[in-house]
Amino acid sequence: MRTLLVWLAGGGLFAGSLQTALANGWNMPVGVTELSGDIYSLHMIIFWICVAIGVVVFGVMFYSLFRYRHSKGAKAANFHEHTLVEVVWTAIPLLILIGMAVPATATLKKMYDASDADLDVMVTGQQWRWRYEYLGEDVAMTSNLATPRTQIRGEEPIDESANYLLEVDEPLVLPVGQKVRFLFTSDDVIHSWWVPDLAIKQDTVPGFINENWVRIEEPGIYRGQCAELCGVDHAFMPIVVHAMEEEEFETWLADRREAAEQEAMGIDREWEMDELMTRGEEVYNAVCVSCHQQDGSGNEPAFPALAGNQEMLDDRDWHIDTVVNGVSGAAMPAFSNTLNPVEIAAVITYERNAWGNDSGDTVQPSEIAELLSD
Amino acid sequence: MAPKVPPQPTLEQSTTAAAGHGHAHEAPPKGLMRWLLTTNHKEIGTLYLIFSLTMFFVGGIFAMVVRAELFQPGLQLVQPEFFNQMTTMHGLIMVFAAVMPAFTGLANWMIPLQIGAPDMALPRLNNFSFWLLPVAFTLLLSTLFMPGGAPNFGWTFYAPLSTTYGPPSTTFFILSLHIAGISSILGAINIIATILNMRAPGMRMMDMPLFVWTWLITAFLLIAVMPVLAGVITMMLMDINFGTSFFDAAGGGDPVLFQHLFWFFGHPEVYIMILPAFGIVSAIIPTFARKRLFGYASMVYATAAIAILSFLVWAHHMFVVGLPLVAELFFMYCTMLIAVPTGVKVFNWITTLFRGSISFEPPMLFALAFVVLFTIGGFSGLMLAIAPADFQYHDTYFVVAHFHYVLVPGAVFAIMAGVYYWLPKWTGHYPNERLAQWHFWLSVIGVNLTFFPMHFSGLAGMPRRIPDYALQFADFNLVASLGAFMFGASQLLFVAVVVLCVRGGRKAPGRAWEHAEDLEWSVPSPAPLHTFDTPPKFERSSH
Repeated sequence: MRTLLVWLAGGGLFAGSLQTALANGWNMPVGVTELSGDIYSLHMIIFWICVAIGVVVFGVMFYSLFRYRHSKGAKAANFHEHTLVEVVWTAIPLLILIGMAVPATATLKKMYDASDADLDVMVTGQQWRWRYEYLGEDVAMTSNLATPRTQIRGEEPIDESANYLLEVDEPLVLPVGQKVRFLFTSDDVIHSWWVPDLAIKQDTVPGFINENWVRIEEPGIYRGQCAELCGVDHAFMPIVVHAMEEEEFETWLADRREAAEQEAMGIDREWEMDELMTRGEEVYNAVCVSCHQQDGSGNEPAFPALAGNQEMLDDRDWHIDTVVNGVSGAAMPAFSNTLNPVEIAAVITYERNAWGNDSGDTVQPSEIAELLSD
Repeated sequence: MAPKVPPQPTLEQSTTAAAGHGHAHEAPPKGLMRWLLTTNHKEIGTLYLIFSLTMFFVGGIFAMVVRAELFQPGLQLVQPEFFNQMTTMHGLIMVFAAVMPAFTGLANWMIPLQIGAPDMALPRLNNFSFWLLPVAFTLLLSTLFMPGGAPNFGWTFYAPLSTTYGPPSTTFFILSLHIAGISSILGAINIIATILNMRAPGMRMMDMPLFVWTWLITAFLLIAVMPVLAGVITMMLMDINFGTSFFDAAGGGDPVLFQHLFWFFGHPEVYIMILPAFGIVSAIIPTFARKRLFGYASMVYATAAIAILSFLVWAHHMFVVGLPLVAELFFMYCTMLIAVPTGVKVFNWITTLFRGSISFEPPMLFALAFVVLFTIGGFSGLMLAIAPADFQYHDTYFVVAHFHYVLVPGAVFAIMAGVYYWLPKWTGHYPNERLAQWHFWLSVIGVNLTFFPMHFSGLAGMPRRIPDYALQFADFNLVASLGAFMFGASQLLFVAVVVLCVRGGRKAPGRAWEHAEDLEWSVPSPAPLHTFDTPPKFERSSH
């Protein structure tokens, strides 16, 4: 009897400390959608089932280890094989599993119903950034890691207030209360778009389109990361979702549409070297830096150096073609979908004139636009 | 003139009554040649075990590099390129060069002894299977020194990261895996041939020790899935070098096809690494509980059930890859079902302990830790089976925690339990008990410090295979790294125990453990080079 009490107290203490641990951010988030709540509940049910089975099984085990010690003169019994016992311990787990499969099936069915969406967003994974396209809205953007490389490399201290590795230059903005359908694909390798608070993790597979959906219930900023190993900078392609009220979202969307039109108008005019260099440096540091490095030194053999790259400087057309269309069979992606003509022109100009490169020539947005329209 | 090749079994030998005597005139080659040419199952078993232990440390060093980099946020020691090579090589080496050869080594040593056979059925093939391994893994390790570095796409080498985007060394990696795969298939053929044909007269299948049974089933799994692995890596080879597009969507291929094929191999592979462990634990627990195993027959059936189910669950590794709903449901249900036969095993071990007379020698310590910690890995496995929840768990540290619980305190502890259990038979000496206890307790504490916090960091949102992480994961990672260093360092004690035991120690009798019943305990300790030249008389008392 005393032993039983000790075991019960021990079990209670164990369960209590687990409960405390799980309540303190050591657990799956409940999230901000109905489905994320459902998934959290499934997780907790199966977790407590496991704890309960564990308490019984390990209870009997440790009781036996303690009670039937050879050193205390225990004499072994000689029983073995008992059909009823064996049937029972096969049947009970089976029943528990059936009980678990029912709610799991229901939740899974809901997750797979992406019909009747209010908004479609195309999510494209690319080494190592995300591209978001609001389908039918003429708004698209590319989302890059915002944490400075210098902090990652330890050249300056980590800014603890700035969401280290979980901050981007362009968050995905979504309306609260609407059903948003995501279409996932990839330009290169398989990535996986994961935001724990939305309970969405979906692989982006090159050449194929996957589907998932969300209806966010609370405005807020929700962070996640790529969850499928996708190369060198797998750790450095975070996801930030900014969920806002519907009217606010509509205003934002209209502003973005207008900004895109403005940018499109800039394509036709002649750009100065200084403007292109400034813009180009921004683009380079957001998009190119992870492979070709801040000083253009690259990382041979996969990522060639750009600083002092004579082949590149001598052949301007080849340089443009490489950035626009990528290199087939190598790590260099095509940027024709990711960057707009102004950005492409600016970054090529920058590469041709930075770090001691002295081509002295500019690439104009109009040239790129013409190339792309062919 | 002394023969340059090892002695061949002859009719004369197999009828020689006294072990050892008939061979005095056939002096084996000396030095290195002896080991290169040996066809003796005990010597080959020893080679496998030494190779496995060496690779366990090589893979362990890679793990230490990973944990050192993850000790705190930021990149301190290695760059992401090298970090990815370390995680990849750690996984490949541990799976294919440490755990699998360790079980094959134990099988070589113990299966003939446990079924009363004089050797393996195909001794020269046995020699060849072993010597393929050093070739395979020298090749694999050499990729670390190649331009572009070693494979860096994870041990699962998903296309197109490993094909279109892989380093130049990928082709060497494929060749190395082919060689290791051939070694596994040949080893499996040998084990099946031995078990089916060479049991002592009177020993029926249902009289075989469970280690033999689990290995028989494992060998069939190997023969079934290793060719699938060979197929998928050959398709990679074609994609990389010969312009095919099996896995390249741009050429009409399908990257997800790779995952189906890989996991059709990969899931049975997981059981290949755990079924023999069940067999070892099922031998040790009755010995030290001084009570026969509760349900021998149900253990055999449960092992077979797990093996069959292992072919029906592969896509639970792919729940978020975009499978249709019916596929998700099918694979979820089948995966949950595996909990039933696995539960039967755990219940059997615990009922064997119940009302036994239990002592805690080193093999028993490791076997008991196996039961507890493997079961914890089973629990997280059950959680991962719940497909909707897997959308949150998938590819996080929760998964890392899960499979390390079943592989380290699961498979590796069972191997160590087996080594402690059979060392007296191999060397004639008991292992140093005090050192073994230190090894045990440091390992148990280290392994839990390493892998338990990973459950929490995974649930809290940390993806696997990242060299740097957000600040909220810092505490979990610090603890995990300290635990890993502790676990890694304490394995040096294991080497010390084994070396000391080979060199000396308390003499062990033939039946080194009082209540041990299988046939291996009927021969002297250390077991002479040739045993059971005359088939033993098998008495049906043990089961």
